[in-house]
Amino acid sequence: MSIETISLSGRKKVVSNKEMSFLEKMYLLAIVKGMIITIKHLFTRKVTIQYPEQVREMSPVYRGQHQLKRDEQGRENCTACGLCALSCPAEAITMKAEERKPEEKHLYREEKYASIYEINMLRCIFCGLCEEACPKDAIYLTTSKTLVASSYDREDFIYGKDKLVMPLDIAMQNAQLKNAN
Amino acid sequence: MKVTIDGQAIEVEPGTTILQAARMIGGESVPPAMCYYSKLKGSGGKCRCCLVEVAKGSEADPRPMPKLMASCVTGCMDGMEINSKSSDRVKEARESVTEFLLINHPLDCPVCDQAGECDLQDLSFEHGKAKSRFIEEKRTFEPEDIGPNIQLHMNRCILCYRCVMVADQLTDNRVHGVMDRGDHSNISTCISKAIDNEFSGNMIDVCPVGALTDKTFRFKSRVWFNKPYNAHRECTTPGCCGKTTLWMFGDEIQRVTGRKDVYHEVEEFICNECRFDHKTTADWVIEGPRAFDKDSVINQNNYTQELETVVIATEEGILKGRDQDRKKISMPAIPLDKDEEADFKQGNI
Repeated sequence: MSIETISLSGRKKVVSNKEMSFLEKMYLLAIVKGMIITIKHLFTRKVTIQYPEQVREMSPVYRGQHQLKRDEQGRENCTACGLCALSCPAEAITMKAEERKPEEKHLYREEKYASIYEINMLRCIFCGLCEEACPKDAIYLTTSKTLVASSYDREDFIYGKDKLVMPLDIAMQNAQLKNAN
Repeated sequence: MKVTIDGQAIEVEPGTTILQAARMIGGESVPPAMCYYSKLKGSGGKCRCCLVEVAKGSEADPRPMPKLMASCVTGCMDGMEINSKSSDRVKEARESVTEFLLINHPLDCPVCDQAGECDLQDLSFEHGKAKSRFIEEKRTFEPEDIGPNIQLHMNRCILCYRCVMVADQLTDNRVHGVMDRGDHSNISTCISKAIDNEFSGNMIDVCPVGALTDKTFRFKSRVWFNKPYNAHRECTTPGCCGKTTLWMFGDEIQRVTGRKDVYHEVEEFICNECRFDHKTTADWVIEGPRAFDKDSVINQNNYTQELETVVIATEEGILKGRDQDRKKISMPAIPLDKDEEADFKQGNI
């Protein structure tokens, strides 16, 4: 085989300068061929949706914004054991533990609680390993559709307990639902 | 005397226990020990974690021992053959012992300060079941204050008696001990006295679980977020070596402990002044990072482990290159001759 005909990729095409015949010069056949392809696509399934009116179905494994859960009595589950921070591959989580005082028994479930719990949303990759590592069922990645709200300041992306802990009214709703069942 | 443990033979002195002989060999066949502490006289024989099977009693009497023996209190005999990890009976027994130890243990590792360096965690990780079969209510005790430095969590205690022996052997008067009997037995001080002896802090180090923890470190950080360093200071307390491990977070000393070896036993005991009162780096001479077991969680994000060096199997000296080539790149150690230099500049070599 000569060097001119070798095609390592197998896609080599030889270009010719052949004169077109009269029928070919009319382009009629080519237009019909093209139209067949176009018309065929009119009857296939649409790949686009009308976005704000229509929304796609969420994946069952979708992972959105984190939430620190409360139990049925409205107490925080988190004990600041540090396993989420240990498992976090992006090192996005920091926390500081504190001892619960006797008058705070209705706020925290265990002896120890996280006085500071921060997730750096610029670092977080939403892998869900924190949720998997948590021994206390405290941190969950919700199905919330906003992942991280946009902002101009970097400081705004470090989410503290004010943004992460489950609001009390949702905890109350959950408790009522559980009692109703 | 020659003993064989899991097929590995070793020569030992008369009077050595099986556990000590196994530790001389090291590796997988070392039985776990929760109550035995080589630095404390009379410790051992309580937790039954270190049970081993004696397949051959001795050269003189080769019958096997009918029951599993606690290796920490059984002396070696000449020609003894012992199965530790290789025996299914031993494995099953250790599994059961672990289950029994965990019956009344609260399993509050996420809260406990000992988590990460806890012997009971290691034991249940290696020998325990994944699930608890215990459905009854666990035994609990009222929390008791035993002084400003040491926190007692009686619920976590496994009654190994190590702390009692520390108080007996290191301090001059013991004010705490095991009260009551059977299921009710608990560590307590004599009518709510505070433990304030100068060496009482060693109770924290010897405790295999989180029953006795450092109050100055309470809930400050998890063990694996700290960076351990070897350090020492000139300690004036008689009997204290001043050699410690500092657990640092940034520049802050969060905790001071004795230096623990691979079996989590302190090398030397330290005094309370070193342990609780010196929490600034100016007080200490830092020697360097402390190395831990390869699998320890304390090594998380720690790069002080020794890395394996890559050895390329070639002829010796082949990587150095030929003599004339080494001269070509003008190594300062092998300088060119005067006339060679002129040639080299013209590119003739």
